Amino acid sequence: MFREFFIIFISAVLVNNFVLVRFLGLCPFLGVSRKMDTAVGMGMAVIFVMTLSSLVTYLIYTYILRPFNLEYLQIIAFILVIASLVQLVEIILQKLSPNLYHSLGIYLPLITTNCAIMGLALLNIIKGYDLLRSLVFGFSAGTGFTLSLVLMAGIRERLEMADVPEHFKGFPITMILAGLISIAFLGFIAIVKM
Amino acid sequence: MNLWDEFSKGIIKENPIFRLVLGMCPTLAVSTTAINGLGMGIASTVVLLGSNIVVSLVRSWVPARVRIPIYIVIIASFVTVTGMVMEAYFYNLYKSLGIFLPLIVVNCIILGRAEGFASKNSLLPSIVDAIGMGIGFTLALFILASIREALGSGTIFGINVFGASYRPILIMILPPGAFIALGLLMGAMNKLQKSEG
Repeated sequence: MFREFFIIFISAVLVNNFVLVRFLGLCPFLGVSRKMDTAVGMGMAVIFVMTLSSLVTYLIYTYILRPFNLEYLQIIAFILVIASLVQLVEIILQKLSPNLYHSLGIYLPLITTNCAIMGLALLNIIKGYDLLRSLVFGFSAGTGFTLSLVLMAGIRERLEMADVPEHFKGFPITMILAGLISIAFLGFIAIVKM
Repeated sequence: MNLWDEFSKGIIKENPIFRLVLGMCPTLAVSTTAINGLGMGIASTVVLLGSNIVVSLVRSWVPARVRIPIYIVIIASFVTVTGMVMEAYFYNLYKSLGIFLPLIVVNCIILGRAEGFASKNSLLPSIVDAIGMGIGFTLALFILASIREALGSGTIFGINVFGASYRPILIMILPPGAFIALGLLMGAMNKLQKSEG
C-alpha cells in the first residue's frame, strides 16, 4: 500500500506536475512567483487547502451526490464547497494561529479561483481514488504546485538582473521560462508507470 | 455609450489572453489542435454570454456582500448545461477537452466580466461585452492552437499543410511547446502594438 502511495506522490510531483504538465493553477503560478518568500507562503496555503478539499469533496461526492444520483450537480457543489472551505480555513486560522494566518492571510482568498483545487477534486473522482488515496493525491498535488512555484520564483529573482529584449519583458519571457522548466520535467516522464 | 467600443475592445485592445493574461489554464492545455481550441473558445463564449446576461438582469437584487458566491453559482449552472449539451451532441470534442470543460467555472475571464462589467451595466452592453470578449478569447485560442498543430503535427483541422516531407516538431504539442509558443506570440503582439502606436 505504501508503495502505491509513493507512486501517487512521485507521479503528482514530478511526472504529471500540476502546473507544468497538467496546466492547472497557472494564474497564481504567474502571479505570485516574483519573490521567493511569497511563493513559499502561497505554496504552503495551497498544500493545506488541497489536502483538506480532497477530503471534503470526497465525502460530499460519496455520501451526498452519489446516493441521490446528483452527480450532474458536482460542478456547482464542488465550487461552493471549495469557496466556503477557504473562508472557513481563514476564520479558523485567524483564531487558532494568528502567526500562520498572517503569513498565509493574503493568499487564502486567492485560492478559491485557483483551478488546481477544482481540478484536483474532479481528478479524484475520475481516477476513482478512495479516501486515503484522495488525501495522498491532494497532498502530493499541492507539493508539486509548491515545487514548481519555488523553482520559478528562484529563477525570476535572478531574471531581474538579466537583459531581456524590450518586447519580451514581463509575461512573454516568463512563459518561455516556464516552457524551459517544463522541458526539464519531461525528463521524469518514464520513471513511473501508471 | 458606444456599443462598438464595448464590442471591439475584447478583440485586440483588451484581448483576454494576449493583453489581460486571463484564463491561462484552458488556453495552454487545450491548444494542441485547432479544433480543440475553437471548441473551447466557443464553449467559454456561450458560458460567458449566459452568465453576463443573468448577472446583468439580477444585478439590482443581489446584495453586495454575497455577490461573488451568487455569480459563481450562476456560472456553474451554465457550465453544467454547456457540458451536458456537448456530451450529447459533440461527444469527441467533449472527450478531448476532458476536465477543462468543467473547469470553465474557475476561468478568471468569466467571473472577471461578471464582477467587472455585467454587475454594473444594463443588459445590452453586457451582451455586447460578452460576445466581444468571447470572440477575442476564441480568436487568440484558435491562433495559438493552429500554430501548435501546424508545427507539432503538420496539420490544421487534420488537413496536411506542409506537404508529406515535413517532419513535425513534436515538442510543440507537448506541454513545453504551449508555454514557448504563447511566450513568443505575446512577444510578437507587443512588438506589433508598439510599431502601430
